[in-house]
Amino acid sequence: MHKYIAKRLLLILPTLLGAAVLVFFLLRAIPGDVCEVRLAGSGLYVDEAEIELCREKLGLAKPLIVQFWDFITGYVVWDLGDSMWTGKPVTEEIGLRFKLSLQVALMATLVAVVIAIPLGAISAIKQDTWIDYVVRSFSIAGIAMPSFWLGILIILGLLIGTQHFLGTPWMPPIEYVSPFKDLASNMAQLIWPAVATGYRYSAVATRMTRSALLEVLREDYIRTARAKGMTEKIIINRHALKNAMLPVFTIIGIEFAFLMGGLVVTEQVFNLNGIGKLFVESVQAQDFAMTQQLVMLVVLIAVVTNFVVDLVYAWLDPRIRYA
Amino acid sequence: MATLLQVRNLTTQFFTSSGTVRAVDNITFDVDEGETVAVVGESGCGKSVSALSILRLVPWPPGKIVGGSINFMGQDLLEMSNDDIRRVRGREISMVFQEPMTSLNPVLSIGLQLTETMQHHLGLSPAQALKRAAELLEMVGISEPKRRLAQFPHHLSGGMRQRVMIAVALSCEPKLIIADEPTTALDVTIQAQILELMKDLTKRLGVALVVITHNLGVVARYADRVNVMYAGKIIEMGSAQQIYHQPHHPYTLGLLASVPRMDQPRGTRLIPIDGQPPDLTRLDGGCAFRPRCRFAVDRCAQEFPPLENIDSGHVSACWRVKEINELKNAS
Repeated sequence: MHKYIAKRLLLILPTLLGAAVLVFFLLRAIPGDVCEVRLAGSGLYVDEAEIELCREKLGLAKPLIVQFWDFITGYVVWDLGDSMWTGKPVTEEIGLRFKLSLQVALMATLVAVVIAIPLGAISAIKQDTWIDYVVRSFSIAGIAMPSFWLGILIILGLLIGTQHFLGTPWMPPIEYVSPFKDLASNMAQLIWPAVATGYRYSAVATRMTRSALLEVLREDYIRTARAKGMTEKIIINRHALKNAMLPVFTIIGIEFAFLMGGLVVTEQVFNLNGIGKLFVESVQAQDFAMTQQLVMLVVLIAVVTNFVVDLVYAWLDPRIRYA
Repeated sequence: MATLLQVRNLTTQFFTSSGTVRAVDNITFDVDEGETVAVVGESGCGKSVSALSILRLVPWPPGKIVGGSINFMGQDLLEMSNDDIRRVRGREISMVFQEPMTSLNPVLSIGLQLTETMQHHLGLSPAQALKRAAELLEMVGISEPKRRLAQFPHHLSGGMRQRVMIAVALSCEPKLIIADEPTTALDVTIQAQILELMKDLTKRLGVALVVITHNLGVVARYADRVNVMYAGKIIEMGSAQQIYHQPHHPYTLGLLASVPRMDQPRGTRLIPIDGQPPDLTRLDGGCAFRPRCRFAVDRCAQEFPPLENIDSGHVSACWRVKEINELKNAS
């Protein structure tokens, strides 16, 4: 087991390095840079020398390999650079938004897991009954409906509903407050995007739970458990679910990594100042310093999530634990 | 010996898109206390389904027991509520399956899989159940039982897993064990060990055993009585002696002629049975073995022959049962 964890941990480093190489050079393969966007973006005439000066200042004039070296060694001395657009440290800019995005992603995951595992299990146990059809329709709808559209519906519903029942329309707060400071207003802001994204997320996980469980229920060891006189409850909870959870956790891991950087439109709809919005802004400004650190952050989250999923695998399945 | 299990006119069918499969068709047999009954036949003749039917484990859909009765210690298993049959499964009647590799749950420890039945049926405490589990493992010939309890199925070889399955089957001291091809997936030396173990333990503990097999060697050596099945029906039934030395059905004759025997002179030719088993969705009223039978007559196509008494406890379903010995010698 220790060997397994050590091996998985060591694999993280080359993955991150590969990602760093890719993102660094791909970003710079795009024509233009932040100085051109800033100075010539308006389409007016700019002196070439002025752009050069700007590049000089931001370190973009240095040879690529030197820039790459600075980028990599930045991690060693924990200097991730300054945003080329705002001039503030990247860590500060990301730090401002990271808490919010992480909280939305965690809450969406919680919503998804709480909905998906019981629903998927019931759907599989009651296969081809009306319960199964209802659950399957519910989850198909979740996959078909974009999260941002559901978000718009939620906001409209809140406005119209509160107007109708309370007399005055109520809107979720716009300012982010730490949940440790004021839980109520924090939740009032973030529960809606968590539900909107969690629904689609749960739909994927429900379908996976259902099909994995159906497959496991056909296994010989389930027949053995039945022949031993076990009740259906024990058969599902003890004998089947543990086996069926493996692919479900894979899906949950992949989706979680996506939520951390991919909620661009949903953040827009709920007016959240999250990682997704920062991502779009920094790409538009060709802010290399910011964009590459954001990509690395998402890669890191994906890698760490995968690592955690692997640990869960080992915990669930002794064949992996003892391999 | 008192009769433990009385199966009467048991019929199990599978309702599939290509038609109704008559997997088990009107079979009747008894199992006495403590005896070993073998059920033999080719693949797909309904042996396994008849075994699963006894504990109502045929998966619905598509399978369903459509008729008959199964009397076990004075109760009809087919009439019981789901809760009641669950108290019979694993407690009074337990099963050992064909595939030891897949019949144990890969993510649960050997200890848990052994103790859960005892805790569930006998109400033992976890500590008591674990103690008894270690004894059971010892009984089925597994060394270091304490260490094994904490291990998982993938730590064990196929033969060891089948020993664990046998330990699970014996754990609640059942009256009857149904073993569905318990040795088919194992290699030959292990097969003999497992069979010896089952024979020894069932005799010692007075447990009746129904062993389903296509291995006629198993039958000769271990069974008291033999049911020969073909196309969902029992076509011959008798003591192992009777079936081996005076087979009275052309199919049984064919089966015995197709396997090597130690009690025959060396160099005796093995004669395979021609043709294929029939499609169970397309059975007519006649004898299903007719197309492959050397002795078939017109009547075989019209009516299915009833089980005819030959000797005490020996029956055969063939229209030409009276002439079978002459026919056999003539051919």
